[in-house]
Amino acid sequence: MWRFIGFRTLQAIPVIFAVITITFFLVRAAPGGPFSSEKAVSEQVKAALEAQFQLDLPPHEQYLAYLTDLIKGDFGPSFNFPGRSVNELIFQGLPVTAELGFYALLIAVVVGTLSGVIASLKPNSLQDYIPMSFAMVGICMPSFLLGPTLVLVFSIWLGWLPVSGWGSIPGDKILPSITLGAMYAAYIARLSRAGMLEVLSQDYLRTARAKGLPEYKVIIKHALRGGLIPVVAFLGPAFAGLLSGSFVVETVFQVPGLGRFYIQAAFNRDYTMILGTTVFLATLIVLFNLLSDVLAAWLNPRLRYQFRK
Amino acid sequence: MKTTRRNCLIILFGLLLSACGGGSSLSRVDQGTIDGVLHFGNGTEPQTIDPHIATGVPEHHVITALFEGLATKNPYTLESEPGVAESWDISEDGKTYIFHIRPNARWSNGDAVTAEDFRWSWERILTPELASEYSYMLYPIANAENFNKGRIPDFNQVGVKVLDQLTLEVQLRAPTPYFLQLMDHYSTFPVHRATIEAFGSYTDQLSQWSREGNIVSNGPFQLAEWRINSHIRVEKSMSYWDTDSVKLNSIIFYPTDNLITEERMFRDGLIHRTEDVPLDKVPVYLEEDPDTIVIAPYLSSYYYMINTTKPPLDDLRVRRALSMSVDRDLLNETVLENIMVPAYFLTPPGTVGYEPPVTFAYDPEQARALLAEAGYPNGEGFPYFEILYNTQENHRRIAVAIQEMWRETLNIDVGIVNQEWQVYLESVGNINYDVARRGWVGDYVDPNTYLDMFITGGGNNNTGFSNARYDEIMLNEAPLKLNNEERFALYTEAETILMDNMPIIPIYIYQTKNLKNPDMKGAPSNIMDHYNWKYVYLESDQ
Repeated sequence: MWRFIGFRTLQAIPVIFAVITITFFLVRAAPGGPFSSEKAVSEQVKAALEAQFQLDLPPHEQYLAYLTDLIKGDFGPSFNFPGRSVNELIFQGLPVTAELGFYALLIAVVVGTLSGVIASLKPNSLQDYIPMSFAMVGICMPSFLLGPTLVLVFSIWLGWLPVSGWGSIPGDKILPSITLGAMYAAYIARLSRAGMLEVLSQDYLRTARAKGLPEYKVIIKHALRGGLIPVVAFLGPAFAGLLSGSFVVETVFQVPGLGRFYIQAAFNRDYTMILGTTVFLATLIVLFNLLSDVLAAWLNPRLRYQFRK
Repeated sequence: MKTTRRNCLIILFGLLLSACGGGSSLSRVDQGTIDGVLHFGNGTEPQTIDPHIATGVPEHHVITALFEGLATKNPYTLESEPGVAESWDISEDGKTYIFHIRPNARWSNGDAVTAEDFRWSWERILTPELASEYSYMLYPIANAENFNKGRIPDFNQVGVKVLDQLTLEVQLRAPTPYFLQLMDHYSTFPVHRATIEAFGSYTDQLSQWSREGNIVSNGPFQLAEWRINSHIRVEKSMSYWDTDSVKLNSIIFYPTDNLITEERMFRDGLIHRTEDVPLDKVPVYLEEDPDTIVIAPYLSSYYYMINTTKPPLDDLRVRRALSMSVDRDLLNETVLENIMVPAYFLTPPGTVGYEPPVTFAYDPEQARALLAEAGYPNGEGFPYFEILYNTQENHRRIAVAIQEMWRETLNIDVGIVNQEWQVYLESVGNINYDVARRGWVGDYVDPNTYLDMFITGGGNNNTGFSNARYDEIMLNEAPLKLNNEERFALYTEAETILMDNMPIIPIYIYQTKNLKNPDMKGAPSNIMDHYNWKYVYLESDQ
């Protein structure tokens, strides 16, 4: 097991290094720069600005300087918010996005597995069709449509929940979490239904029933463990996706999370911020993939034996 | 395993319960009105509140709450009013200003605000290494431009002199009738030297001095909290010299760059005022809620620039034909919900009494004749070109409408192309376009802020337009005129030259559109869209 983890970690290093290098040169190749301005800025001002942010150095020197800082854990100063470091901005946005992602994942897992399992118990009946139709809608409906629709119903018409914000008015965290979680809930529902269907037809469940176990024990104790393996494998990438893909929800609901920083940085050509968030998120994604592999191995004895060899 | 599951359920139930609790109490703005807390939708997130580095309108709203210049503006008349200076004398020739600073002006740490503070602050913004984008606002001061461009190294040669602790003398290079107005712009605001120097070099843009907890300011409010992308909260300052006139206890600025979300926040009682209104919601508000929507003239002009260096657009007849075939009234009615002002000129009318000349009209007949004269009868053989705009839905709609007008009237085929803002800026800056949109907001209320763009080689000219007489007026004649009548006559001549050469196609003059809670008082609309926070108060009519 430890060898497996060690091997995967070593694999991650060149991946992250490639992400850094490609992003570093890609952002600089994009037309427009962080200091493009509609105001006519004199040559002197432009040169002084570039000197302030060390953009006057040749690219390879900038790259080496960036790598040196990165090894020390320093993502550098933000170009768009003078006086603030990228580290500071990431660590301001991350807890918010992580909290939002956590609630969304919670909703996704609870709602998703429940409806998936329920659907799998009586395939091709109403009990199957109804939750699966909802799941289909959930997958098809983009969050920029679902969010405003929920706001319209629950905030504007019913007046139950605030239209936006994060932690400033009671209840303002509910709609963003549901909006973000919906698509993942739908996905998990389909995964768990498929996983369960496969497991339910297997011999060991017939054995369990033959032993005279009550049906709920058969499902919960024996079927779920095997049937939910695809869901577990999906959780790692899902959480990483929630962290990096919450931009739309954060914009619709004015949530001050990482996603908004990320997109703003791209539009403003905030080089260090783009790099910082990309590298940070890439690392997280690699990490979560690793975690979910380990978890899958723990759940699946066959894989476990493979690693032991 | 079981306890975790139970915990999850508890969290979910807690979320639901807390939601239900929120419904019954007062809305945030109603509570704010009672407590004197203004909830202000502020557009995009400010980049910085360092007055010498900031460049935008959202920054302006926050910085004018935190700092105060020598003079401020009356929000109703836009006349200059005493600020840190209690009075000033202007010499006969209009070139020397002596400001008398009020003895009770204080920084938020209790220090007195002195003439030296202003001299040092102006030296800071003009120091080339700081790289302030707004340093040009101080160029009317003698030698300021030379110092800023590194031509003279000694700030003592710049026309700013401390006569005594409370008296500041400013020498201008030419009489500048709008000079007092600039005292209300953040680029001329004082900054606290000891604080800035405590946090490193005074030319370092990355300095932490303006962060909460560090910043020392001299305005009616002090910075209490700034969470990026969430809110900025300022609280009434007790050390401000006129603190008794300040009626609000605090202002909370919210970044609201998503117009649709902003409108929903307003509807849900989360903010007192919005920065903008989605265009398609305007008719709804006008009909159903006319008391909350405010539409007012704005010192801002929307036009198409033409690349006059590139055939066939280098032909004046072609440019005039294009401009004359744009039906601005129709555009306003169909695309712009009838809330803009169709424009046949560059400068917004009524800018301190200046009325721009109208030298042409919508005239499809003549447009076709001009195009035929240029060698393209009925548009035949006219080369394909493109309208460039920065990616935004409204710009696209306007471009599509104008594309259609040109096809119908002139029978020419024009493409439209959008570029993301940073890319668009680069294309326009390098004059790498055929026709490009631009919206221009005046920096101060004077026709000069528009007309000086189009001098030969001007940094915002971007069209290749060059006219000797125009340059002569803008650079040498108008600046010397002391009274506005003579000056405006020259500007009229200049603007006529500009329109006769048609390097730009004026389209409309902007109007601001805001949603404003009726409780928000003392905040009249004015063409600068400026607030003087001292005047603003909250009072419920019920």
